[in-house]
Amino acid sequence: MTSLPPHDPADLLARVVREEWGRLVSLLLARFRRLDLVEDALGDAVEAAARRWPQDGVPDNPVGWLHTTARRRILDRLRGEAMAQRKVPLLVVASEEGGVVRADPGDLVEDDLLRLVLMCSHPALDPAAASALTLRLVLGVGTPDVARLFLVPEPTMAARITRAKKKIVAAGIPFSVPSAAELPERLDVLAQTAYLAFTAGYAPGSGPDAVRTELAGEAIRLVRVVLGLRPGEPVLTALLALMLLQHSRRDARVDATGAIVLLPDQDRSRWHRDEVHEALALLDSAVLTGPVTVQTAGYAVQARIAAEHATAPDARSTRWDRVVAHYDTLLALAPTPSAQLARAVAVAESDGPRAGLAQLDGLDDQLPHSHRLPAVRAELLSRAGDDEGAHAAYALAISRCANDAERALLTARLEALDAAPG
Amino acid sequence: MRYVVLIAYAPGRWEAAGAEERQEFFDAHHAFERFVDERGRRLESAALCDADLATTIRHGEDGTPVVTDGPFVELTEQVGGYYDVELPDLDTAIAAAKLLPRSYTVEVRPTVQVEGYQSL
Repeated sequence: MTSLPPHDPADLLARVVREEWGRLVSLLLARFRRLDLVEDALGDAVEAAARRWPQDGVPDNPVGWLHTTARRRILDRLRGEAMAQRKVPLLVVASEEGGVVRADPGDLVEDDLLRLVLMCSHPALDPAAASALTLRLVLGVGTPDVARLFLVPEPTMAARITRAKKKIVAAGIPFSVPSAAELPERLDVLAQTAYLAFTAGYAPGSGPDAVRTELAGEAIRLVRVVLGLRPGEPVLTALLALMLLQHSRRDARVDATGAIVLLPDQDRSRWHRDEVHEALALLDSAVLTGPVTVQTAGYAVQARIAAEHATAPDARSTRWDRVVAHYDTLLALAPTPSAQLARAVAVAESDGPRAGLAQLDGLDDQLPHSHRLPAVRAELLSRAGDDEGAHAAYALAISRCANDAERALLTARLEALDAAPG
Repeated sequence: MRYVVLIAYAPGRWEAAGAEERQEFFDAHHAFERFVDERGRRLESAALCDADLATTIRHGEDGTPVVTDGPFVELTEQVGGYYDVELPDLDTAIAAAKLLPRSYTVEVRPTVQVEGYQSL
């Protein structure tokens, strides 16, 4: 068990909840198999701790205290149900585990936490709900915060999480580690679940930037937790590298007024170098040098693209030829229009705006609603000296853009273009 | 857990299949059945006639029953058969469903005990 230095009771409680929530949930689920009771009981235990610890002093074993309090709460509820003769469906647990009773968090098997993670990210759940549920049950992010992070009203998120929990029990999604043959596939889905949370936080779709940064940080924490359970797992190693490299730029992505700063204009001294170094080491690790799955290769090559930017001392020194080559690899793995668009930008940087523009041909049909495509075209037309064409493309991009900060940036570019002596 | 495994496929698919393909269908079903028998049990199963032989009964807004020709939803794929099975969990049910012929779309549904209802 983690040893915790003495602290202010409230800080310590917040830290225990943050670090140990998933373990407590998984331990209580293994014992009681009641998804509906465990979360409530733990919530009650945390509330009780918030009241009692400042008065009675922090217990020697705070995690054990929360576990015991929650367990008593569940036993009370079960007694109440027995009196009312209610029969409630139980979570399915792998049969050989059925009779195992674990007395306290001390002899906890780490497998329990892995079971919880895999249950929450089960492919039979709606992916967005699975992401939210994983943040709630594994990382202990409160439902109001999960709602805030996913930019939905709290009742909507509460209903989504409740529905996912209901499906787990009613459909018989097991609280178990799948067979060795199934595990890689499930870890792939888990990686997708984590990346969905990360991109919901990272990609400037809508909403304030600070919230997105926070969600991305939670998604990284989730991957770290699972990598702790499955050290060296290739798909998680590649995903963590990708997330760290993208996340390392968070403080340079917006200026003091909240406006977006594009990659070439970013103050590189504000990139988190420790995270870049960690990611580069992950990309060099032996687990990614052998044959890997398509999904792992996809994360790894995207991370290598980000690494080219992260290791260039300034925007002008970027090795765009290598970036283009990485995009070729990525397109061979998964030919998506967004990767083609990104490759076109790299080609323009490497071989000039006309070469980049030629790469945009045929993308309009595939990206009919994208504001990024006309935004890229506008930038390249402007560089190529076609101000009229650039003006029209900026206008189209602005009309399609739903994100305030991005639209402000595009509007500023259009105004600068129109103001320039032509 | 008790699950109904609903099988959907394009109508006419079976009729169009040659002898070799039909044998592949049989082999896939046998693999499914062996898998289920090892891990749980089969309760019922049936292949259904194509949906053009279906008759749908629903009640109109005024409460009168309306009988119409055809299935309740007109789709390119129709339910063509089912297995009613008992298996330990959804992962096992999914693993079993993966053994069925690849041209199928398979829906796995847990069954529910309707509270207060006893069938005769």
